[in-house]
Amino acid sequence: MRDVAIIGIGMTKFGELWEKSFRELGIEAGLKAIADAKISGDLLDALYVGNMSAGKLIEQEHVASLIVDYSGYASRHLPAVRVEAASASGGVAFYEAYLAVASGLYDFVMVGGAEKMTDVGDAESNRELCATADNEWESIFGATYASLFAMMARRHMYEYGTTEEQMAQVAVKNHRFGSKNPLAHFRNTLTLDQVLNSSPVATPIKTLDCAPVSDGAAALVLCPWDHARKFTDTPVKIAGIGLATDTIALHSRRDMCTMDAVVRASSRAYHMAGVAPKQVNIAEIHDCYTIAEIIEIEDLRLVKKGEGGKATAEGVTDMGGRVVVNPSGGLKARGQPAGAVGIAQVVEIVEQLRGEAKERQVQGAEVGLTLNIGGTGATAFVSILKREN
Amino acid sequence: MVGIVSYGVYVPRYRITPAEIGAVWGIDGKAYGESLGVYAKSVPGPDEDTITIAVMAARNAMKRVNVNPKEIGAIYCGSESHPYAVKPTATVVAEAIGATPDLTAADYEFACKAGTAGIQTCMGLVKSGMIKYGMAIGADTSQGAPGDPLEYTASAGGAAFLIGTEHVIAEINRTYSYTTDTPDFWRREGQMYPSHGGRFTGEPAYFRHVLTCAKNLMKLQNTTPESYAYAVFHQPNGRFPRRAGKMLGFTDEQIKQGLLTPYIGNTYSGAVMLGISSVLDVAKPGDRILAVAFGSGAGADGFDITVTEEIKEYRRENAPLVKYYVENAQQINYAIYTKFKHQIILREE
Repeated sequence: MRDVAIIGIGMTKFGELWEKSFRELGIEAGLKAIADAKISGDLLDALYVGNMSAGKLIEQEHVASLIVDYSGYASRHLPAVRVEAASASGGVAFYEAYLAVASGLYDFVMVGGAEKMTDVGDAESNRELCATADNEWESIFGATYASLFAMMARRHMYEYGTTEEQMAQVAVKNHRFGSKNPLAHFRNTLTLDQVLNSSPVATPIKTLDCAPVSDGAAALVLCPWDHARKFTDTPVKIAGIGLATDTIALHSRRDMCTMDAVVRASSRAYHMAGVAPKQVNIAEIHDCYTIAEIIEIEDLRLVKKGEGGKATAEGVTDMGGRVVVNPSGGLKARGQPAGAVGIAQVVEIVEQLRGEAKERQVQGAEVGLTLNIGGTGATAFVSILKREN
Repeated sequence: MVGIVSYGVYVPRYRITPAEIGAVWGIDGKAYGESLGVYAKSVPGPDEDTITIAVMAARNAMKRVNVNPKEIGAIYCGSESHPYAVKPTATVVAEAIGATPDLTAADYEFACKAGTAGIQTCMGLVKSGMIKYGMAIGADTSQGAPGDPLEYTASAGGAAFLIGTEHVIAEINRTYSYTTDTPDFWRREGQMYPSHGGRFTGEPAYFRHVLTCAKNLMKLQNTTPESYAYAVFHQPNGRFPRRAGKMLGFTDEQIKQGLLTPYIGNTYSGAVMLGISSVLDVAKPGDRILAVAFGSGAGADGFDITVTEEIKEYRRENAPLVKYYVENAQQINYAIYTKFKHQIILREE
């Protein structure tokens, strides 16, 4: 296996992009990644696309071929693969693309993620999202993701004394970060009171504890580490990756307050990278609900189990803290186009490691981590990225 | 000079509050109403519909002028809640005010701007000399599905404008429309309640059309927000027109007089015409009014209007002002509301 570098990144604005179609978004992100990598698109050997529900949300399946076609590469008959793993589709596509380059099968691979979620109404997009939970044992009985994460939050409050204020702090922090991200869905800041007084969705989760549904796309260009310097002075190395699964239904888990898939995926990634959790400077993680960020920083062992809420309130994950979490604004503020999330997380870490994140720049960032989960944690993908001078 | 010769309005007396509606659906209706800028909406009584509202408004318009109804050559009635799918509302109005039989009459539908489309048609017919007077009516008993966000605002009311060239109280200097195919809100044949695209009804629909229409009209007329004493924008809730006005550079002071939604809800086809009427109730000669109606589907009709000296002689007092109808309110609860909406299943006779 060879080392793999990221040499190009590209991302569209995230948000309610009513004027742009799915294919336009995918191509925009891809073109930006190619331009950033300063390569010709003709060099690409393959394409991987993470996408959760185009079939249901825009009634378009077969999206890998679609994007190859509309990128002008149909005549080259480029290999293209669509990967689906709920909201971890982008992360798992990245995992597959990494393997393809590391194995030596391909040299230059584009991996993207795209989702168009606002062409349907709120009820419909919620229904499609719920199709990624256990339909026979959860969704069909009326469980929504808000209600499932609400149960996790309740248990976490009971077990560890986590408070609604601590959860609200996640939203306040991530919106402050998002306000500095020109591509974020939401660029407004929030106060603690605004979050705490927003209308209840599934108690204790309130409207402003939830990430939105968004449209958007993100893309990366990967190549063997040995070639990377030919294209960029600031290649970022994929130092470790880890993929893990767990029971799809929340009620079958060993512990409702721990995402075992996150523990396993991160163990694999830390081990492969030779990195200890305390060495991670920045992390882009899956804050689909504020409680998710609290549980995940624990399960990634960035903080002690049970102390996620307290650590958040104390600023451990804020700018200037020990590990800056979601400097992009996270799913909460940057937005949540499901299939694009895992790729957008990598885009942010690469920008940070290159020192190109402008107002959002975390000084001295050397080791970054991404965590992309599917469902309530039935899939977890972790990557560890490093700057190597 | 083409313009408004007379106007008349009608708003049903009954009101229901967002708190009362929210209580039924387990929602903090008071807070929801405040977020929409709506404190109450009008509800038609059990014997009221778009036809009765249109007739009342038309009669009120005729009471204020000494015009022979036989000289009205066209009546257009705009609504999205015509009681009949086939059979016009406009003919009932024509008969009720004594305008039959030597006239043309038809019903219009363009969501909330069918009434203003009627004004434009009348302007054309009057200006070309085909008719002496034309009457344009916007009236609705709008529908919102029970429990839908629309239920908090969908209300009832209407206004009738008599368009002509003599004794014009408000000259219409220019009208301009901006139209695209934008599916933000619709109701198919046979459906009881409309469907809508949620947040899609905002930016790409209401704001894009209203703002572009207003900007283009002001550009054509070489005017700025400062040129106008009043501005009336379509008002699906209390927030949108204020925000649109602010984005265009109008002050709350310019918008206040024509903004009725907070007190009576969204009267759909009646909304902007009622807003203009409320302004005409207090306007003085020389006052300039910018009015922009919006209809989902979607389009905006803009009007640049100047109040003339004729308004001094105009007998507003012969029919109730908008203020009367707004203030003459009787609160009802959700049970009575349900009865008035004919949704209680009664014993078969």
